[in-house]
Amino acid sequence: MKRKIALAPSPPAPPPLGGRNGITPSSHTHNNNPNEAERLEAIEMPLLLEAIYQRYGYDFRGYAPASLKRRLRHAAANEGLASFSALQDRLLHDPEAMARFLDCVSVDVTAMFRDPGFHRLFRERIAPELRGLPIVRLWHAGCSTGEEVYSTAIVLREEGLLDRARIYATDLNPAALICAREAIFPIRNMQAHTANYQKAGGAATFSDYYTARGDSIILRDCLRHNIVWAEHNLVTDSSFNEFNVIFCRNVMIYFSRALQERVQRILHESLAMGGCLGLGRSESLQFTPLEDRYEAVSREEKWYRKVRP
Amino acid sequence: MVPEGAAVRYAFVAMGASLGGLNAVRTVLSALPSFFPMPVALVQHRMTDAGGELAFVLRESCALPVREAEDKAPIEAGVVFIAPPGYHLLVEGDHFALSTEEPVEWARPSVNVLFETAAESYGRRLIAVVLSGTGEDGAAGLAAVERHGGMALVQEPETAYANGMPRAAGQAMRNEMTLPLAAIGPQLVALSRQA
Repeated sequence: MKRKIALAPSPPAPPPLGGRNGITPSSHTHNNNPNEAERLEAIEMPLLLEAIYQRYGYDFRGYAPASLKRRLRHAAANEGLASFSALQDRLLHDPEAMARFLDCVSVDVTAMFRDPGFHRLFRERIAPELRGLPIVRLWHAGCSTGEEVYSTAIVLREEGLLDRARIYATDLNPAALICAREAIFPIRNMQAHTANYQKAGGAATFSDYYTARGDSIILRDCLRHNIVWAEHNLVTDSSFNEFNVIFCRNVMIYFSRALQERVQRILHESLAMGGCLGLGRSESLQFTPLEDRYEAVSREEKWYRKVRP
Repeated sequence: MVPEGAAVRYAFVAMGASLGGLNAVRTVLSALPSFFPMPVALVQHRMTDAGGELAFVLRESCALPVREAEDKAPIEAGVVFIAPPGYHLLVEGDHFALSTEEPVEWARPSVNVLFETAAESYGRRLIAVVLSGTGEDGAAGLAAVERHGGMALVQEPETAYANGMPRAAGQAMRNEMTLPLAAIGPQLVALSRQA
């Protein structure tokens, strides 16, 4: 079990020094020799991750190092700090800084009907199989701010399945879950979301699903009823239910191979026999130990069916 | 540590291109023989919802296999790996990693992210290549390449369809080699033979 921490609602993070993307490996250090600074980081990074795990239970130790290091540098710059050691000191003693850190290192990039072909395949091939079930359980593991969760709700509603569906949407970042639950999204993205919806096989009027309010839209209540939002950490928590469909997209890319195997075991254990697992565009089960427990529904669109326990 | 001045055996080619890059990339790749002994990683800016056309088009003009990099794909010599649209491509020791973190200088995939992570993994054994493109993506990455002792080939701005990236690259580094487009592929082959 994850050790719960008393996380204050995350205050808006101060703007990062030098612009969000303006951090070069040399600008975050006061050291004159940048290669020396990188050698120090190699020492500091595992210590920082160990400290976070010991103090708060969030386990980043098995994350893929290259992208994690970039996000740790952002997090340090975000706090106005020059090194991972300084960040470790701050996080150990300040739980509010930890909440900001979680929000900063989580990757929350998502979109409604992202990769339309993936959602079209769900609508055309997988949703029809769910019609015979008295209750349909779906899990969005690593749901971030919820755009793809609501995309699934829209498809289920249009296929007449939403009333019988329970969508469990989980993420480790409480700030992302707060956004997701509110169902308020920037209006500037709606044109792209509408195009994705249509490419994904949507035939209704997409704007019927939301109400505009200034710069934002709020999704209609009918899409929100059957979604359960919860904190869950794929790294430290275990399986909690049995599902007919699991979505886990662009989550495992942040994990090392070893950690990916652990998470794949949780997902496999959480799928009903014949249930389907949907992955991100550049992920696959190929060359993983559980590959033979699945058959591909579509290799192209990354849908797999559990055929063996 | 390899002593200063000692010959380097290069081990990795990282290539970045944007507007006008397709033609430039094809020209470079078409000069590489099927026994080219290094892996080639390519970031070509394109639409997030692009399909597999880029790999398809490049295969036609290249003797090496061309693949879209999948998450944690092992780095193999003699293969061209393309960053998937909408993902950063990172080098992580002996394999690639992907990320959907926010765009860097409006770009995802970002040439800077590829160059910086390749520099950290390959150091002096890295050859970075900057081809045609608007904007400045790649320049910050070249600074990291230089810091780690790697080398860079930059397309001569006069021979580039868009000269923003090559110009910025030339300013970011002291020791880059600026070459006409047609000479870049042959130069890679020559460097690959260097013992």
